[in-house]
Amino acid sequence: MRSPVLKVRGLEAHFRVDAGSLFRHDYHTIRAVDGVGFDVFPAETLGIVGESGCGKSTLARTLLGLKRPSGGSIEWLGEELVGTREEFLRKKRREIQIIFQDPSGSLDPRMTIGEIVAEPLKTFYPSMSKLQIRERVIGILQLVGLLPDQINRYPHEFSGGQCQRVGIARALVVNPRLVVCDEPVSALDVSIQAQIVNLLKDLQKKLQLSLIFIAHDLSVVRHVSDRVLVMYLGRVMEVADRANIYHAPRHPYTRALIESVPIPDPVRERARARRSLQGDMPSPLDPPSGCVFRTRCPFAIDRCAAEVPRLELLDNGNQVACHRHHELPGEPWPENGADSKETSAP
Amino acid sequence: MNESTRDAFDQALDTREIRGRSLYIDAWHRLLKNKAAVAGLVVLVVMVLLVIVGPMLSQWDHEIPDWDHSSTPPSLETGHLFGTDAIGRDLFVRTMIGGQISLLVGLLATLVSLIIGVSYGAVAGYLGGRVDNVMMRIVDAVYAMPFMFLVILLMVVFGRNIFLIFLAIGAINWLDMARIVRGQTLSLKNKDFVEAARACGATEAQIIRRHIVPNLLGVVIVYVTLTIPQVILVESFLSFLGLGVQEPLTSWGALVNEGTQELETAPWSLMFPAGFLAVTLFAFNFLGDGLRDALDPKDRL
Repeated sequence: MRSPVLKVRGLEAHFRVDAGSLFRHDYHTIRAVDGVGFDVFPAETLGIVGESGCGKSTLARTLLGLKRPSGGSIEWLGEELVGTREEFLRKKRREIQIIFQDPSGSLDPRMTIGEIVAEPLKTFYPSMSKLQIRERVIGILQLVGLLPDQINRYPHEFSGGQCQRVGIARALVVNPRLVVCDEPVSALDVSIQAQIVNLLKDLQKKLQLSLIFIAHDLSVVRHVSDRVLVMYLGRVMEVADRANIYHAPRHPYTRALIESVPIPDPVRERARARRSLQGDMPSPLDPPSGCVFRTRCPFAIDRCAAEVPRLELLDNGNQVACHRHHELPGEPWPENGADSKETSAP
Repeated sequence: MNESTRDAFDQALDTREIRGRSLYIDAWHRLLKNKAAVAGLVVLVVMVLLVIVGPMLSQWDHEIPDWDHSSTPPSLETGHLFGTDAIGRDLFVRTMIGGQISLLVGLLATLVSLIIGVSYGAVAGYLGGRVDNVMMRIVDAVYAMPFMFLVILLMVVFGRNIFLIFLAIGAINWLDMARIVRGQTLSLKNKDFVEAARACGATEAQIIRRHIVPNLLGVVIVYVTLTIPQVILVESFLSFLGLGVQEPLTSWGALVNEGTQELETAPWSLMFPAGFLAVTLFAFNFLGDGLRDALDPKDRL
């Protein structure tokens, strides 16, 4: 068994918000990430999916140390990161990098592409000469499919897809071991999405990277991930291999998510019995007791309100946090299970 | 794009580096298309050259009266292009010297307010939270003080000193600058590229220097061009009240003050300094408006 590069256990990231009026404080705690645990193995892609506001981005920022975790542990190559000094975390960021969702917003509009990509080199390797930096920047720009003569151009002269390539170049220029991709393709056109996703896959193979790929689009995640983690309201609902999550999802929420992926065939799409999720996600200010998904779960029973379900390891390797996973029918939505190819990604 | 086409592209482009157009170059091109702003800029350049070179070319001095001609109207024959004042000093030279002082006050006081305002505002905005709260309440408190009263008090206590004017005006004007810079910093610090810089291992100081300040520059430039005329006006007002620069030095405001007293007998002694003052203020305002449009922060930030 390979040993994981990143081990996350019981990670919590809370925000304190003041919901009071001008003169009265009324503090609440938002549990954006609440007891999340998972492993990332070398050269593997872990997909993280969930609705907007379920804590995916907060999780990403917490992993990088951009947001201080409120509890739990992050173990990177055997070293604990939670509770260490800022200086130490800053050094570790050479090994863990991030790609942002908004391609142009994550690039400083006053800097040239070359300066942007060189910035991590300048902070992590202050002794590098200008020429060395330049060679490295040009090399990495070519690696992500940009032309070296674009080095003096500014971000506003590029398209969204090209900006995202620059973002990838900036993340990879310091040779990280793990790259956290925070919805890297959500802001791009579908055709560009495919290019960027495939670029990431190629680079992963070439550089033996581990990726954490965050998205709300299941079909994209399916295309890139080895394993998939499903989040809801800051908690882990299910972790499973790619095959299992699409063919044998065990958690009702995972099933609902997979059912929501449209089939690109109008005849079958119309014929399909759709049982989409009712209602909205509850406010993270006031999450439901017990299982957080119970308010929208068609299978909820009294026990779900009383007791928080633990993440259980099943025979097929899935980890599921549901009290009733063994009672529920195995294959409730055969259309999706049988025709998985057509729901697959770009 | 497959590999062979990319190679072909590479060869076609001969890997020549293309110089990108920075946002400032873009803004400069937009500014050049704005006729009013260009006119303002030209007028200002001419004005600055004139007030510096003018006194050197003239045969007269701004202090020494021409005893043969007091209160004479503008005339080529006497050599007093703008006429003379009540005690026979050449008004052309005095208007130029007054212009030097007025522009100098405008620039220096704005510089003072720029330095205090940008550092104060950037720190308050970037640190945020309680620090921001305290710092901005201090600004509010200073704002509430009656500015003119304060300046008059300073003048009375410390005597009329030109550097005191710079300081007093600058010390009041930084408040606006601090507010503007703080607001801008607040919006900048939540941008993804700041987060990205942090993920790249940059320290807070590096982030402020590399990312926050350069992105503030556009707004600050615009505000500076609008502050300079405001400061000139305040100085003129102080001089008009007799609290500004001291004789024999003069400023446009002081000249206008003298001119109004002789309005009936020697109208030219009001017309010229007032005209120069008005033209300069117009030019600054047109340039400021043009810069604001050219650097429009909504556009790109």
